[in-house]
Amino acid sequence: MKRRDFLKKSAGAGLAAGAALSLGGYDKLWTPKSDFAKYDLVAVMGGTPEAMFDLGIQELGGMGAFVQKGQKVLVKPNIGWDVIPELAANTNPGLVARIVEHCFKAGAKEVYVFDHTCDNWVNCYKNSGIEKAAKSAGAKIVPGNSENYYQQIEIPGGVRLKSAKVHELLLETDVFINVPVLKDHNSTRMTACLKNMMGVVWDRGFWHSNNLNQCIADYALYEKKPALNVIDCYNVMVKNGPQGVSKEDVVQMKSQIITTDWVAGDAAAAKMLGVETEIVEYISIAHRMGLGNMKLESLNIQRLKM
Amino acid sequence: MRSHNLRSFRILFSAIVLICFIAIFIDFKNLIPTKYINIILSLQFIPSLLKFHNIGTLASAGFIAVLILTFLTGRTYCSFLCPLGAGQDLNSRIGGKIRKKFRRYGFKKPHTIIRYTLLGATIIVTIIWGVYLLTLLDPYSIFGRFMTHFGKPVVIVLNNFVAWILHKFDVYTLDHITIKGFQLLTYSIPLIFLFLVGLLSLTKGRLYCNMICPLGTLLGLFSKISIFRIRIDETKCTKCGRCSVGCKSSCIDFLQHKVDISRCVDCYSCINICQDKAISYGPVRLKKKEHKTDTEKRKFIAGSLILMLGLPQILKSQDKTTPVPKKESTVRENKTCPVCPPGGVSIENFNIDCTACSLCIAACPNGVLVPALLQYGVAGMMQPVMDYHKSFCTYNCTKCTEVCPTYALHPLALEAKKLTQIGKVNFVKDNCIVKTEKTACGACSEACPTKAVFMIPYEGNLLIPEVNTEICCGCGHCEYACPTTPYKAIYVDGNPVHVAARPPENIQTEIKTPVDFPF
Repeated sequence: MKRRDFLKKSAGAGLAAGAALSLGGYDKLWTPKSDFAKYDLVAVMGGTPEAMFDLGIQELGGMGAFVQKGQKVLVKPNIGWDVIPELAANTNPGLVARIVEHCFKAGAKEVYVFDHTCDNWVNCYKNSGIEKAAKSAGAKIVPGNSENYYQQIEIPGGVRLKSAKVHELLLETDVFINVPVLKDHNSTRMTACLKNMMGVVWDRGFWHSNNLNQCIADYALYEKKPALNVIDCYNVMVKNGPQGVSKEDVVQMKSQIITTDWVAGDAAAAKMLGVETEIVEYISIAHRMGLGNMKLESLNIQRLKM
Repeated sequence: MRSHNLRSFRILFSAIVLICFIAIFIDFKNLIPTKYINIILSLQFIPSLLKFHNIGTLASAGFIAVLILTFLTGRTYCSFLCPLGAGQDLNSRIGGKIRKKFRRYGFKKPHTIIRYTLLGATIIVTIIWGVYLLTLLDPYSIFGRFMTHFGKPVVIVLNNFVAWILHKFDVYTLDHITIKGFQLLTYSIPLIFLFLVGLLSLTKGRLYCNMICPLGTLLGLFSKISIFRIRIDETKCTKCGRCSVGCKSSCIDFLQHKVDISRCVDCYSCINICQDKAISYGPVRLKKKEHKTDTEKRKFIAGSLILMLGLPQILKSQDKTTPVPKKESTVRENKTCPVCPPGGVSIENFNIDCTACSLCIAACPNGVLVPALLQYGVAGMMQPVMDYHKSFCTYNCTKCTEVCPTYALHPLALEAKKLTQIGKVNFVKDNCIVKTEKTACGACSEACPTKAVFMIPYEGNLLIPEVNTEICCGCGHCEYACPTTPYKAIYVDGNPVHVAARPPENIQTEIKTPVDFPF
């Protein structure tokens, strides 16, 4: 009975989505658009991660366009690996701290930072520099190492990923800001916005064994979407990703992509990495599923150099 | 010396020692710096003896200090420095509170045959064969296993409870820790000893130390010629027998005015008990006393026992499994050799020096070390072995090699550890998701810290893992990350002898810093 209901509902949702898509307005359907946002995507180049964010967020109407007074905010960087910041396997700690500061300035009541790390979480939080940076900016650093912190959610319409256990903070906070670092990836070719969501779920093994690219795209269907995606392209790991071996893997690109459309963000990030968007399968799957727009030429992009 | 303070000093000192030892084993946050752990461990007789045998430095010769101490003062080691001894004293005290009878010991004949047979057997087996009996009987190691198997999980349960409460108030100072239990059978040895030592100490004082413990027997031999000892002043003694009744070593024959020095652990209780002031502790001769009992703690004991018995089950239920991928893997992992922790040099070398105190197991921040069942053979039971289905070895960590008190694990500098190959990676293509499901995965290569597992083109846009065993350090992160069940598509087979891994090579990327946006 349950399954039948589910099928009915997903068929209905699919029809509705399809109808909406055929009318062409899919980005309005799926992307939480701010009234202030003049641009779909802002790309900044040439400054420090902090300065580039200051400039970029201003173009999108400031953090106040995304965070209201008294709201709880989740800032989710990539803290997956037990390496130092220079190796760029994790999001730049200065950037994380600056985003936290902006949230508080916009009136956030509380800002949380966590990641479900791949390496030992205590080491990752410490050696990435993110724990210290985020704490000094006033954020709460929260562990993500135990299944106890994760809660079951359903993903209606997911092709392979129909449910997942996500970190409770994702459910308990009002605003979600996704702060991935752009990196090469050994099997999906690139990791940024969409793939960063593997750090909010408990069971990554399921994704890996059930069509990884499809699962990554499926997750993006889940209703709690990032209000903002900030892709750290300051130091970019261009090979041996996502963990890297040494500094030879890293190129200083001094860039940053800020967007409300994470598929567009990933498409632009792929270009930064020099990877064909089509090769990064989850981007095209997500585009086809109407989760965002990978056609950068049709977007209103603000490019800034510092 | 007839001072009542002797006993108080002993109690205070041993309480501090006991607390220190409990602390280093339950330190699940790794708060205690290794150097302090090493200081605390330096006077443990058997670990220090093994370490001295291995490296021969004076700094490792804590056991010589213990021997000198024994020559001077008798078996003070057993009352002051042995964590198992201090634990037993505590238990005896609890026993006395449950039933007053448990604290009335009285003089007993020594179990001469049993104790010397066990001592002889331990020495012979250790010299000819290896540390296997020592592993079983070293009091420090027994204590360590109690802590790792029962103590630490209890503390983590408490931590989780407090973390849960704090969590309700949006405080994340303490984090919830998933308890990953060991295989049920590995609880059997510590459990048997827990009952044996627990029951004997509860009802018979220090009988375990005077009948079974080979170290107690050995130090007893040395203490026979010790300078300071307990003596009874025949002129003052009224043969009331209180000392004998209160002696937890059952070694005072008050009728003969004799103290069996080989069994006396210098607890000094008799000095306080003797009302005639006939008992003294000193270089040549003298006497004194007191007796106390408290309220009963039967419920506490019963509760603790139930908890201990139920613990393995609780632990098991906490071990959550991951969902199964679509198809089950078909090719069995062909592991020929267990993986022994870094610093072990070789399995043979490791096996003969490890007394399975399990401090490394308790200290490992990743929980990859587990007590072995039969991986090393019957003789290596309880020694630590890597379990890559449970966790993996953190690339940037040398904790186990730092804390090992016997030098079974040689201390390794981080750079040396990273290049120590403890096992080699094996890839089973027929189990691999990329082949069986024809979808992308790469979990293994993603996890590999050296890129000994890397991806090569496969069908279409797919990439499939390939391995380079030369640069593999055997950390097992690939095996842990591999999502296939029941058999992994990638696994680490242990190296019987650890070898040097080639350092991972890396060339500078040709991609240059961009000058303009590529979009």
